[in-house]
Amino acid sequence: MMGIPGTIREDFPILNQRVNGKPLVYLDSAATSQKPRQVIDAIVKYYSEYNANIHRGVYSIAERATAEYEAARAKVARFIGAAEPAEVVFTRNVTEALNLVAYGWGRRHVGPGDEILTTELEHHSDLVPWQMLVHERGARLRHIPFDDRGRLVLDDLDRLLTDRTRIVALAHISNVFGTVLPVETIAKAAHARGAVVVVDGAQSTPHRPVDVRALGVDFFGFTGHKMLGPMGTGGLWGRRELLEEMDPFEGGGEMIADVWLDRAEWNAVPWKFEAGTMNVGDTIALGVAVEYLERLGMKAVQEHERSITHYAMAQLSEIPGLHILGPGIDERGGVVSFWMDGIHPHDIAQVLDGEGICVRAGHHCAKPAHRKLGIGASARASFYVYTIREEIDALCRGLLKTRELFRVAG
Amino acid sequence: MSLDELYRDVILDHYSHPRNRGVAEPADATREGANPMCGDEIRVSVRVRDGVIEDVRFDGKGCAISQASASMMTEQLKGKPVAEANRLIAEFKAMMHTPAGAEPSDELGDLVALSGVRKFPVRVKCATLSWITLEMALEELGHGVAPATRGGTAPATRGGTASA
Repeated sequence: MMGIPGTIREDFPILNQRVNGKPLVYLDSAATSQKPRQVIDAIVKYYSEYNANIHRGVYSIAERATAEYEAARAKVARFIGAAEPAEVVFTRNVTEALNLVAYGWGRRHVGPGDEILTTELEHHSDLVPWQMLVHERGARLRHIPFDDRGRLVLDDLDRLLTDRTRIVALAHISNVFGTVLPVETIAKAAHARGAVVVVDGAQSTPHRPVDVRALGVDFFGFTGHKMLGPMGTGGLWGRRELLEEMDPFEGGGEMIADVWLDRAEWNAVPWKFEAGTMNVGDTIALGVAVEYLERLGMKAVQEHERSITHYAMAQLSEIPGLHILGPGIDERGGVVSFWMDGIHPHDIAQVLDGEGICVRAGHHCAKPAHRKLGIGASARASFYVYTIREEIDALCRGLLKTRELFRVAG
Repeated sequence: MSLDELYRDVILDHYSHPRNRGVAEPADATREGANPMCGDEIRVSVRVRDGVIEDVRFDGKGCAISQASASMMTEQLKGKPVAEANRLIAEFKAMMHTPAGAEPSDELGDLVALSGVRKFPVRVKCATLSWITLEMALEELGHGVAPATRGGTAPATRGGTASA
């Protein structure tokens, strides 16, 4: 198998700099990935050569912008295994994708006494839209629990899934524990009860081959900025018949087929959900990011991250008083959250910053999960195609320095 | 930016050996403060007798800066008349919200060690969290300063002792 080329870091200009006098070590790719030159160039090219509003101009650069925008949709559709490009709706990010399902599908199908099932380890973006929906509709939100290694406990799944369950929403990969969730198993059980399955693919789409139809789910959200693309890009995949029957999220230009003073008819899927001028230039650059990942090969991406994560877990385990959250290497993606005896995660991140190392500290937008663990916060190192072992070594040296500064004995 | 300016010895000492940790019993007022961005949570309880802070204690979870600042605050304010405590709270907040380099007031004593935090703007809220929470508690007791003179940003606070 072809691995990730050793020269890959040359594609990422941001990595070639010093911060606080030290080489930048970027270990926060679960928050946002860095962007290769190819993606940055695509944005510059769009605004330098063919910036124009899409789907309406008859002039050449508008046609080119429209063609490139729709080509990006086709690339993303191919990348995630959609049946056709029309099943991909562009959004600002996965948060907007999940809200779109809650609003467009949920408001129509969830009523008083109905239930939505999610998990205790979700990111706030896969919790709060459902909380808002159940409060509005007089429905009930239930949660699949996780165990002390951040794995879902499915023992009570038969009890949690009922004939009132309308939606099952879960992450593909946990942004806190790195756990790969058993989406296929849960989707089968959910469908047996007649529920639709919504997957938050923010942490999986960038890191491993994703085939939304093979997963057997109904909706799948992803975010562009975590997969080498620009911020403000992302999307929702949905099975066509579900998208067809959904209500629009926002009203405005482009989402209509015809408008009278007192009413309007909706445009076809997916444009029905893309009201107003979209983020055209960045979405085109997202298409370039997808091509970049396809050239690397998602199998190679996954294998590289597995190798780095394996190395990181082994090295971090050597540090006295450091506790890694989450499951073993075989059940997780490239995210390693941890805590240390006697040192708060913010202080860890602060000392590491002095060494030019970027890690996340806090609750990673998963407060309920941290509350259940009985810790207010954790530190998180997360990896991507450009992460190298030397950076893990730098992280470990920085953590030992942190222990020294805080005079932690042991 | 040197980390030594942030993590001064006196701060690390208060972090590893916090003073007045716990709950004032009995307490006249208890407030919780939280820093939603980073998840720091603090609870400050206070007992006032004859216009004097007889006891003030804190507990909760947070970083070295928020915990040390709370510990130093209780040490400085215990036994002080409320009026003087309110003045010190105002002085401390003023110090934290003036640009790094400005000379802090002599009155602040050891608390001046926290002035290094100003060079790390996202950490300023960690340092002021317990102070603003105590200020709210004193206000609840009718010992507060007029809101107009209260500088800085208030954290999310809740009355009572319900856990967050």
